[in-house]
Amino acid sequence: MIAFVLRRLVQSVVVMLAVAFVAFSLFTYVGDPIVGMVGQDTSIEQRDKLRQDLGLNDPFPVQFARFVGHAVQGDFGISYRLGQPVGHVILERLPATLELSLTAALLALGIGVPMGVYTGLHRDSWLSRLFLTVSLIGVSLPTFLIGILLIMVFSVWNLPFLPRLPSFGRGDVVALGWWTTGFLTASGLKALIMPSVTLGLFQMTLITRLVRSEMLEVMRTDYIKFARARGLPNRVVHFGHALKNTLVPVITITGLQLGSVIAFAIITETVFQWPGMGLMFIQAVSFADIPIMAAYLVLIAFFFVVINLVVDLLYYVVDPRLRADRAVASGHA
Amino acid sequence: MMRMRGALAGLVVACGLVAAGGAPAKTFRYATPADMRSMDPMALQETFTLATQGAVYEALVRTNAKLEFEPSLAVSWSQPSPTVWRFKLRPGVKFQDGAPFTADDVVFSFKRAAAEGSDVKPMIATVEDVKKVDDLTVDVVTKAPDPILISEIPFLYMMSKAWCEKNGAVDPVDVRKGKENFATTHANGTGPFILKSREVGVRTTFVVNPAWWDKPQHNLDEIVYTPIQNDSTRVAALLSGEVDMIEPVPAQDIDRVEHTAHRKVLQAPELRTIFLGMDQERAELTDSDVKGKNPFKDLRVRQAFQLAIDRELIQRQIMRGASHPTTLMVGPGINGYNPALDKPNKADAAKAKQLLAEAGYPEGFSVGLDCPNDRYVNDERICQAVTSMLAKAGIKVKLNAQTRAQWFAKILPRNTSFYLLGWTPATYDAHNTLVSIMVTPHSPEGTFNLGGYSNKRVDELTHLIQVEPDKAKRQAMIDEAFTIHRDEVGHIPLHQQALAWGIQDNVELVQLADDVLKLHWIKIH
Repeated sequence: MIAFVLRRLVQSVVVMLAVAFVAFSLFTYVGDPIVGMVGQDTSIEQRDKLRQDLGLNDPFPVQFARFVGHAVQGDFGISYRLGQPVGHVILERLPATLELSLTAALLALGIGVPMGVYTGLHRDSWLSRLFLTVSLIGVSLPTFLIGILLIMVFSVWNLPFLPRLPSFGRGDVVALGWWTTGFLTASGLKALIMPSVTLGLFQMTLITRLVRSEMLEVMRTDYIKFARARGLPNRVVHFGHALKNTLVPVITITGLQLGSVIAFAIITETVFQWPGMGLMFIQAVSFADIPIMAAYLVLIAFFFVVINLVVDLLYYVVDPRLRADRAVASGHA
Repeated sequence: MMRMRGALAGLVVACGLVAAGGAPAKTFRYATPADMRSMDPMALQETFTLATQGAVYEALVRTNAKLEFEPSLAVSWSQPSPTVWRFKLRPGVKFQDGAPFTADDVVFSFKRAAAEGSDVKPMIATVEDVKKVDDLTVDVVTKAPDPILISEIPFLYMMSKAWCEKNGAVDPVDVRKGKENFATTHANGTGPFILKSREVGVRTTFVVNPAWWDKPQHNLDEIVYTPIQNDSTRVAALLSGEVDMIEPVPAQDIDRVEHTAHRKVLQAPELRTIFLGMDQERAELTDSDVKGKNPFKDLRVRQAFQLAIDRELIQRQIMRGASHPTTLMVGPGINGYNPALDKPNKADAAKAKQLLAEAGYPEGFSVGLDCPNDRYVNDERICQAVTSMLAKAGIKVKLNAQTRAQWFAKILPRNTSFYLLGWTPATYDAHNTLVSIMVTPHSPEGTFNLGGYSNKRVDELTHLIQVEPDKAKRQAMIDEAFTIHRDEVGHIPLHQQALAWGIQDNVELVQLADDVLKLHWIKIH
């Protein structure tokens, strides 16, 4: 097991290197960071000197090698836009994104799985039809539109009976060491509602539909019939036998989706001015802030690798067959 | 007498307590798309960054509500000789950390502005040396007579020498050194507000400076600034009452904000002129189907372009009225602007076609247009309109609209045949536009004359204007230069875009054409 985890971590380094390589080969096309670094009255010579000193004229393999050389020492450089160390900027933004993504993922799971189970068991009830219609909206509406609609309804239109929610930002945060959390203040929790719903809606509908189709599949299998024949109560049949057997694909998809939730929080963060890494990345792109972009992409690659690793480990927990295979294999060795 | 004064003081304190207990603290909350880049006043010469730093920092001179220069940290100035400006400093001014403001700080700040990594060097390009005469007198020596020095330094902020030395911020931040600078996120000025907290890209808070030397024109206790990048979200924040002011209001939302109760849009022409430039330098255009010659070298072609573009249509359809169409390279509010010259021509596609035919292009020709899509108000849509207007005259424009970083990277090395650009003279003076955009390019002049427009007389006038102290003579020269440039169609000015600030109607503020929000003039009722 430990060897397996270690192997995966080594693979993650390869993945991160590959991502950084691709990123650097693309940086030639993002434009000229010098434009934003100096005012309009700065002369061409001074601009050229700055570009030369920053090594932006070097061929990309050289720039890439320099980046990797520094990165292995934990030095990701200094942001062209902010004049602050990249590591510092990312650490400052990381908590906002992780809190938002995890809340969105939990919302998606907490609502999506029960809805999927219900619609799978009661195919023709009107509530199932309602759930599926709603989930269709979640799949088909683009994220930014959902965000803007929520802002209209809960912030701008002063509707009776509805709570008023902040349209932007993270509210007040509490610092716990370098980590800042919005979970501990009322305004922080309020500010979290709309962005996390916006971000989680798509995953929620995906999980609902996935669980539903898996449930329909499983409920037709022989072992469910046998379970019923044994006179087991519905609760045990549905949740102990049926749901458990739908979980492997659900975990796979949820895991991969968590990666994309973190990576694609960009749109949600832009709509709600959520001060996370996605917003930071968008700002970096329009500025051609290469150090920030490089570090962000590498970090996201790392997240994907770690999440995949966790997903693989979870398979062992939920699927006894995998454990059995392993045991047999090691028994022969 | 003493007792009475004591009683009065007591009254004042009591009033203060009542105000503190009864009315909530007056907080002004505002939002713009992008955060100021640094608190270091020498880090970047950019309007919003410098304007916001103005809450904390002050310069020797400042502008009043009519954009005229008035004393700030200097009480008076004179020119004992043509190349020397003598500043008398305001006595009794203190930095926010309690240190007194003296001539040493002025000398230090000028030196820091000239140091490696400083981006405000162009402000003091003519300055040779700065000398302390006594604690409250400073001489600024210029390389040549510089009658407009005063107009170049209203954003040259004064920093405390002792504070910078103590915190290792003697030099401005330089990303090349790969080190952070204390002054990037901390500030210590003499101004009306104190930087209370700064979370970059999230929130910046200022509180009132009770020890400010000037009489406050504002009634604020606190200022909270939040960057909100997304247009819709920024408008929503104003409509929902979460902020008191946003800037800018996107053109498509102006009506909506106007029609919301207790919200207003303030509009005024901005100092920035948007114009088109043409490569008149190369023998052959890099981006055109005309080979072996450069059509833009022919005056008739440039005139045809000028005539083909319908500025009023752009104003009406794209800017929704929020612009000032012009054929002049500077707009109202700039020193040297002459309304008598500002008479846009009527569009005339037939005449344009005829001129093109006379120039030998009866079928027109094709040319690429380099345009930003995130730099100016409706920049890409303006370029699309220009494309279709020129199409009517037979010119096939290949529009290349890109993000500002890519667009700048292409046009700044002059790798362009036809481009859109905007310019705000940083000194509020026509000379800045002349020397940056209209003179024959030869470094450090003509940096943004990307099409290489060149006229000997304009070059000559530009240098005369720089040193001419007589206002009437200077204006005559400016008029002459701008008239030559217009008659030769050196560039094709389109308009000055309008500022659009959205506010709650209980906010009272002054909207200046230089797009600088003076935080210390804001009142909340």
